[in-house]
Formats: sequence, structure tokens, C-alpha cells
Amino acid sequence: MLRFVNLTLAGITDGMVFSAVALALVLIWRATRIVNFAQGGMLMFTTFLAWSVVRHGGSYWLALAAALASGLVLGAVVERLLIRRVEGGPPLNAVITTLGLLILLQAGAGMIWGGTPHSYPPAFTIQGFTRDLLLSPSDLFVIGAVAVTAVALLLLFRRTDVGLKMRAAAFAPEVARLLGVRVGRMLTLGWALAALVGSLAGVLIAPSVFVGPNQFDSVLVFGFTAAVIGGLDSPVGAIAGGLVLGCALSYVSGYLSSDIVTLGAFAALITVLMVRPAGLFAGRAGRRV
Amino acid sequence: MIKRMIAGLAALSLALAGCGSGDDSGGGKNKASAPGITATTVTIGSHQPLTGPAAPGYSEISPASKAYFDYVNAGGGINGRKIVYKYVDDVYNPTTTVDVVHRLVLQDKVFAIFNGLGTPTHTKVVDYLNAQRVPDLFVASGCGCWDQAAKHPYTFGWQIDYVREGKILGQYIKQNFAGKKIAYFYQNDDFGQDGVKGLDMYIPKEQVVKRESYQPTNTDVSPQVQAIAAAKADVVVLFSIPAFTALFRLASLKLGFKPQLAVSNVGSDPTTLSGLLENFAKKGGTKVQGNPLIQGIITDAYGAPAGDTSNSWIKLFRKVHDTYIPKLPFDGNVVYGMGAAYTFVQALKAAGKNPTRRGLVDAVEKGGFTGAGLVPFAYSKSSHAGYSGAQIGKISGNTIVLSGTPLTTDAGTGAIQPYTTPQPAAPANGIPPG
Amino acid sequence: MISLPRVLRPTLVRHMALAVLAAVALYVLTNAVGPYRDLQLAQAAYFACAAAGLTVLTGLSGQISLGQGAFMAIGAYTTALLINGRHWPLALALLASAVVAAAAGLFVGIAAARLRGPYLAGATLALAVGLPELASYGPLTDSLGAQNGLSVSPSPPPLALGEAFPLERWQAWIACAAAVVTMFLLANLTRSRFGRTFRAVRDDEIAASLAGIRVARTQVLAFVVAAACGGIGGGLLAFVSTLAAPGAFTIALSLQLVSAIILGGLGSLAGAVWGSLILVLVPSWASDLAQSAHLSHNVESNLPLAIYGLVLVAVMLAFPAGVQGGLRSLFGPILAHARRTE
Repeated sequence: MLRFVNLTLAGITDGMVFSAVALALVLIWRATRIVNFAQGGMLMFTTFLAWSVVRHGGSYWLALAAALASGLVLGAVVERLLIRRVEGGPPLNAVITTLGLLILLQAGAGMIWGGTPHSYPPAFTIQGFTRDLLLSPSDLFVIGAVAVTAVALLLLFRRTDVGLKMRAAAFAPEVARLLGVRVGRMLTLGWALAALVGSLAGVLIAPSVFVGPNQFDSVLVFGFTAAVIGGLDSPVGAIAGGLVLGCALSYVSGYLSSDIVTLGAFAALITVLMVRPAGLFAGRAGRRV
Repeated sequence: MIKRMIAGLAALSLALAGCGSGDDSGGGKNKASAPGITATTVTIGSHQPLTGPAAPGYSEISPASKAYFDYVNAGGGINGRKIVYKYVDDVYNPTTTVDVVHRLVLQDKVFAIFNGLGTPTHTKVVDYLNAQRVPDLFVASGCGCWDQAAKHPYTFGWQIDYVREGKILGQYIKQNFAGKKIAYFYQNDDFGQDGVKGLDMYIPKEQVVKRESYQPTNTDVSPQVQAIAAAKADVVVLFSIPAFTALFRLASLKLGFKPQLAVSNVGSDPTTLSGLLENFAKKGGTKVQGNPLIQGIITDAYGAPAGDTSNSWIKLFRKVHDTYIPKLPFDGNVVYGMGAAYTFVQALKAAGKNPTRRGLVDAVEKGGFTGAGLVPFAYSKSSHAGYSGAQIGKISGNTIVLSGTPLTTDAGTGAIQPYTTPQPAAPANGIPPG
Repeated sequence: MISLPRVLRPTLVRHMALAVLAAVALYVLTNAVGPYRDLQLAQAAYFACAAAGLTVLTGLSGQISLGQGAFMAIGAYTTALLINGRHWPLALALLASAVVAAAAGLFVGIAAARLRGPYLAGATLALAVGLPELASYGPLTDSLGAQNGLSVSPSPPPLALGEAFPLERWQAWIACAAAVVTMFLLANLTRSRFGRTFRAVRDDEIAASLAGIRVARTQVLAFVVAAACGGIGGGLLAFVSTLAAPGAFTIALSLQLVSAIILGGLGSLAGAVWGSLILVLVPSWASDLAQSAHLSHNVESNLPLAIYGLVLVAVMLAFPAGVQGGLRSLFGPILAHARRTE
């Protein structure tokens, strides 16, 4: 029983990080109908920047702030300079463009900081509160940070003007434009916010995977899987998908073998999709052009 | 449409043929009889984990070797030839190693492969290199697979092999931890399995309560550590690369599990481990030097530890390091890289004025090399194994402190003997004599 | 421009003539270049097999699959197990790999029949990354070799060709021959009724089903075809690199195959060939460039990757229809003009 509880706690902690990445992917999908493969590369890059801050003596919080700020900037820059060009064309082309960007970011990080994985500090200690219950202050911080961010985004979209404009720009751009919404600017903001959430995820998971150009590949795969499980159109689905995936991976790792976790992810994914082909929370009808 | 395809194919053929023949003629570089040898240069190649899970620590080895070669080149080289060292990243991925080595042999046409790193990686290219008759010197791995003179005549080991090391560690644990519970944590390939074979020759089976293995591609070792903690082991022997020694220590920290650790020399470099663990060590107000998470780890060494500043070899390597690679930390990996490079220079010198590939191999088989080691090499016509023993030590502060005497043994069931000949001093000019 | 002689008008004959022409050209090419280029030709050939299958699935049938790497893995391991364990001849092993991979494709196709767009992409991506992990699973590590992989002893060239016949040229011959055969079969498939069915389902599912086409069956068939091609490609990979290990089937491989077919021109078999050539030659050429430029080690080792990323982005921005589309737009007007002036 204790083992099950411990595995569930570990699953929830890891799952929150996947939820954050999934949330970033969902935000971008809702705004521009593109699967952003470069998300993993973007959060890797911002985590490297945070690591540089730590290396030069900065505190954990300063580094976190640096990561979030650089995420905002990076997301905006990528949308404005690159994605704007491929937004209208065949969807696969946009996918390949983000793939090219991912490769460029990995190569760039390798050139600047080298390829050796580096250790990254956790927010608080990783030693559990008690000997038997494997929950540590660091784990609680991860869960809390993602939850707060998700709630903040929810409030932004539902309760503020900017949020309304962003939703309008995503779902009915022509009409929104007629009503005076700067659609382009809203899309840029959407990408910037998504990159911010991704950067948070990167800093949160860095202590376990170490910081290196290729260390975040699994985060991308699991984040994408979580987004698909929850339904690409639903931010709530992203959170739910992340938690479901995190727990599934933890149980596979604990009861079967940690060598086949991704296969476990595939099994979880296929199970959900066979029952609901558009994800768990695929309520509304998708846009068809 | 047909015409377009013909035109396309023709253009492509010309382009590729142009590139291909360009490579084949080699631009007129290879004038001497052996590939990779010219009148003024000797080109050697290597595959190294410069990125990826094995990069922490190991990525310093090849720049260190290159630094020593630069030092020798600055003094005029060997027989008037400068050594050109081409080391390529294989990310510790056997598939990439195959690719990289094919390129080094077929396109770069290196004279020899030097210090190819990794057991799972190098085992994939050893057949190819021997079939192509390329000298495969001083493989950076302790697998017993390099010691097969009949099957792989061109391949030679350098460091102590894992069976020998397992025996020496196993004997120390048996003598000092009688009656305690022992657990193994090892890489699930020839590296770890050979180590376990050696350990089992000395540690009684009843004492071993758990054997857990890991794959270098899977950084989640908490299931294995939890299993070992549940078995309440007092001592855990690790045959792991530095990243996984660190991961084990982190996972055990999370569980509050504090066994005595004994780690193979390939995974125990204090500077590397500190770097990997620095953000997790408690920053207490103690005046103790070095990372508190790794103090007291038992390990072994076949050369002077990097922190032994009075040793003549360490002084020599420190000088080369400070001149050519000052930005890298001075640790066991740098000492390793330079030590291996020193042995290669010895072999090249012994191969004569106009070295051939076969000549280089014969020179190593003739044996008699002495270098930075505390124990002798085992090179002969029938044995291609490197260092034949090691000395037990413990991590204290930022370095390893050796205890007892150097011990030698064989890779089979032979006994472990003390080796009493003292380590020879480093040559004054840093270049092998003779 | 001459119009085709009567005897070449039927599709089958035309494709056969092309296949023979390609075989002759490749024979000449492999003999002319050195062993390293032969090795690269062999690599491009097995990527082309897998890419061709993928372009049929994604381009013609409209199902985006990021899982071609998984089918290559199945093919590679099948070939390795058959050659090592049962000493089957290579041709038979490749055929068996195609069959086993096709069976897997059947399962995947059925499981994924209701999935569309990014959901299918996500599922196939998880498959591509997850399936090679089976080799490391406890009970299977003995037979599948875990991370170490299975070494395939390279079958030497037959003695009839002479003792000093380079191994690389032999590997290039086998790989290219298999690729030509695969392309021939695929070309016939795409011009046949099946090809038309694929395109109909891709363009408008509802209209196709109203016209009597069994949509799900067609989509599963496309998966089976793609998987079989992936299996052949994987088997050749095991043969050429003498190794079947999980490290060869990373997420990068599946993503590179997708980028290869889009770079080359989605839906076109010639595009699959261009894409595979880019996949093999650009990193190699970029490596040479980086080495000769004497840059710092970090920059030098990452430059090939950066150039590859740049190529992806640049081609997407400049040639949205890929290399094949670019060629068509360049040479098309010339040929059309020539045709008109007859």
C-alpha cells in the first residue's frame, strides 16, 4: 500500500511537469493550429540560461525569473520571425519548421555551453519529509508552481480582456480583426505565454534530468503524449493528461520495469484514444477548414 | 519525365563521383607506405563520449591526450613526425560509434585507432577494425574482450580489466566487511557483468543480498535503489559510469539510505562526482574539503591519484595541463588521458623510423613499457591486456588516498599478489626515453 | 522533346524501364566512387526504402505518422535474429522482415484507425520512442541484447567477385538493389487502383465513403504498406551497419524520416530519394566543412547539426513543396514549352 502511495506521489510530481509542457503545446495549438516540436528545445535553452545564472552565483529564484523572462522573449521572437511565415500553409510544413528550429536550438546550446550534462539545484531539499513517505519539499514546490501557473492562465483567459481577445484571435481571426483585435499581436502573446509555461517546466524538471542539449527530449515526448491524452484543444485536458500520464509511467516503472516507460506511455495513450479519439476532454467540435 | 530523371541521376553520379574520387586520391597527402603516415605527420583517431550520459568526466580524456600530444609535438614530435589526434563524438551510442569509426578508417584514413572509449560502444567496431587490419590501441575500457590475441590481433587494452578489478575489490570487501550484507549495482553489459564476475570470485554468495543493474539510457534508477535499500544492504559495490554513481547517490539520499559505497575506478573520480552532485550537497558550516556526499567511498587506482601533488608523474601532467588545457579541471580523467597518450608515444617510438600498422602492433607486443602506472602492463604475444592490477584507496576530501600495497592478479582464477617494485619516476623532459 | 514510343506507354513497362535504368546507373556509380561513398549510398538506399513507404502513408494517404522508426526497428531486429540465430540468407531475412513489420503495421493501423492529425502523430511518436525499449525489458534482454544490441556478422561478398572486393561496395549493391525493387513495387502501387483510393480518402473521407470506398480498410492498408517498407529499410540498416541496437532508433530517426519526405516533396517517390540523399549527405558534407574550418571543438561538433536545422527551415520557407516541387517548378515550364512546340 505504501509503495502504491509513493508511486502515486512520484507520478503526480512528474505528471505536473508534463502538464506544464502539455499546457504550452495546447496554448500554441489553440492559437495557431501548429504542433510546436521546438517546445522541448525552447525550454532547454531557457533552462540553460537559468543554469548560467546559478553558475555565476545567482540564487535559485533569480535564475527562475531569468528563465521565465527569457521564455517570454523567445516565444515572442519565434512566433514573429519564423512561425508567421508558415502559419497559412500546409500543416506539415509548419511541423518541419518547428523541427528545424528544435535542431537549431540544440545545436546552438551545444555550441555555447557544450554537451556535458550539468547538475541543476532543486528549489528545496529533495530528502523526503519522513523516511517512508517519499514526498519532499521540492516535490511540493513543483506541484504548487504548476498549479498556480495553470490557475493564473485560466483566470487570464476567462476573466480578462486580453484573454478574451486571445481567444477571439484564435477561433475567429477574421471576425476579431473586424472588431479591432490586433490578431497578430495576440498570436505573439499566445506563443510568449506558452514559452513561459514551458520554461517553468524546464526549470522544475532540470534537477532530475540534468541540463544538457539532449536531456529534455523525453520531456517533449511525454508532454506531447500528455497533451494528446487530454485533448489538444483543452487546457484542463492538458493538466489531466499530464497527471494521468505521470501516474501511468510511475506504475509501469515501479511494478514492471523502468526500462519500458515510454512503451507504457504508448499503451496509456492508445487506451485513451481508442475510447475517445480526440482525447479525454475533447468536448467541442474541432475546427474544420 | 524520364529525361528529367536521367538528367538528375547523371548529375548526381558526376557529383558523387567527383567527391568520391577527390577523397580517394587523398589530395596527395599519403606519401608514406602506411595510411595515416606522411613525412611529417601521424594521424590517429578515436571515438569518445563528448556528449551524452557518459560525457561527465570522460569528455575530458581526449582533450587531455591531445594536450600531451601537443606537448610532444612542441618538442619536435616522434622521429620528426607530429601526432595529429582526431577524436569524434559518439554520444556513447554504439550505432554512432560504428558510423564514426567507419568514417575515420575509410575517409580520414587514420593510421590507428587510439583509446576508443566504452565497452558497449567499442565491442561493435572491434571486428571491423581487425578485419581492416587497423591497430586498435589502448581501448578505454576494462572489458576482457580486448585481450584476445588470436581473434583480435590488432586490439590492445590499457586500463585494468574489470574482472581483475572485481577480484581486488572483492578481496578487500571480504576481508573488511565479513558478515555484512553486500549489494551490487552494475551497468548491464560486459563492463558491469565482468566486474560482478570478479567480485563473485571472492565475496561469498550468501553475503550478496541484491544484484541490480541499470541501462545508461535510463536515468531513473530509483526502483533499483529502493530494492537495494529494502534489502538493507550495508555495502553496495558499484560498477557504474560517473553519472550513474551520482544518480545512485542522489536516489539513496532521497531515501535516507546511507550504505558504504565501493565504486570501480571508472566511476569514482572525486572531481567529476562533486561536479555532478554539487547542487545537492548540504552546504553545512563544516570546514571539510570536498563534497560531503562522496567522502569515504572505497575505490581503486592503478596510477597516482590526481591529488598526489608530490608524485613526479602528476607534476609532469600538471605542467602539460596548465600549458595546453588550463580551463579543464585537473582530475583523474586528465591523468588517465595523458597516461594513455604517454604509452602510445612509447609504442610509436618503438615502431621505428617508418612505422607500419603491423610494426606498431609488434612493438606493443614486445612489451617492456613502463609509465605512470603503479603496476606493470601485461602486454605480450599472447596477452593484450593492459595494467594487471591496482591499489585500494578511499575518497578523502577532493582526492583519492591510497592504502596498502599495489596488487596484481590475472583475469582468471589466479591468486592476488602484492607488487613491490616502486613506480618509476617520470622522465625529466616528459617524453619517453629510448 | 520526343514523345514516348508506343512500347513504353503502359505503366508497368515504363516503370520497369526506369528501374533497369536506375540499376545500371547505380552500378556505374558504386564502381566509380570509393568505399566511404559506397557506404553512404547504402545508407541513403535503406533510408529511401523507409522514406518511400512513409511518403505513401503520409503524402498519398494523408495519415501523418511519426512512427516509421518503430517499423524499421522491427525489421532490423527480425533480420538480425534470423541471420544470427537461424542463418537465413539475407534476401529471405529481408522478406521476412517486411512481413513481420507489415503485421505490426496491421495492428497499429487498426488501433489508430480512428485517429486523425496530431492525435495520430502523438500516438505514432510514442510508439517510435517506446518500441525500441522492448529490447531492454528484463525478460527479453537475453534474446534482444538490451542496449548492447545484436551484432550482425557481415556476410562477405561472394568469392566469385574476387578476394579483394570491397565489403562496402557489396553492401551498396545489395541495398541499392533492394531500394530499386521497393521503388518499382511502390510506383506500380501508387499508379494503380489502390493509389487512387488512397488519394480519394486523403482528399475527402466523406466523399470517398459515399463513393463506396471502405475508408478504414484503405487507411489500414496504407499503414501496412508503409510498415513493410520500413521493415525492409530496417533490415538493410542492420545488414549495412552490422548492428541492430535501440540507439539506432531514436526519436531523431523518426523525425528525420518525416523531414526527409517533406524536404524531398511530400507524396512523391522521387522526393523520398532526394530526402534520403539530403539526410545522409548534408550532415557528412557539413562535418567536412566544420573540420576544415578549424573552429573550437564545441562549435565544430555542433555545426553539422546546426546546418541541418537551417536547411530544414530554409527549404520550408523557400520551397514549400520540397525539392521535387522546386524541380517541377524549375523544369516544368521548360518541358511544357517543349511539348507545346511539337
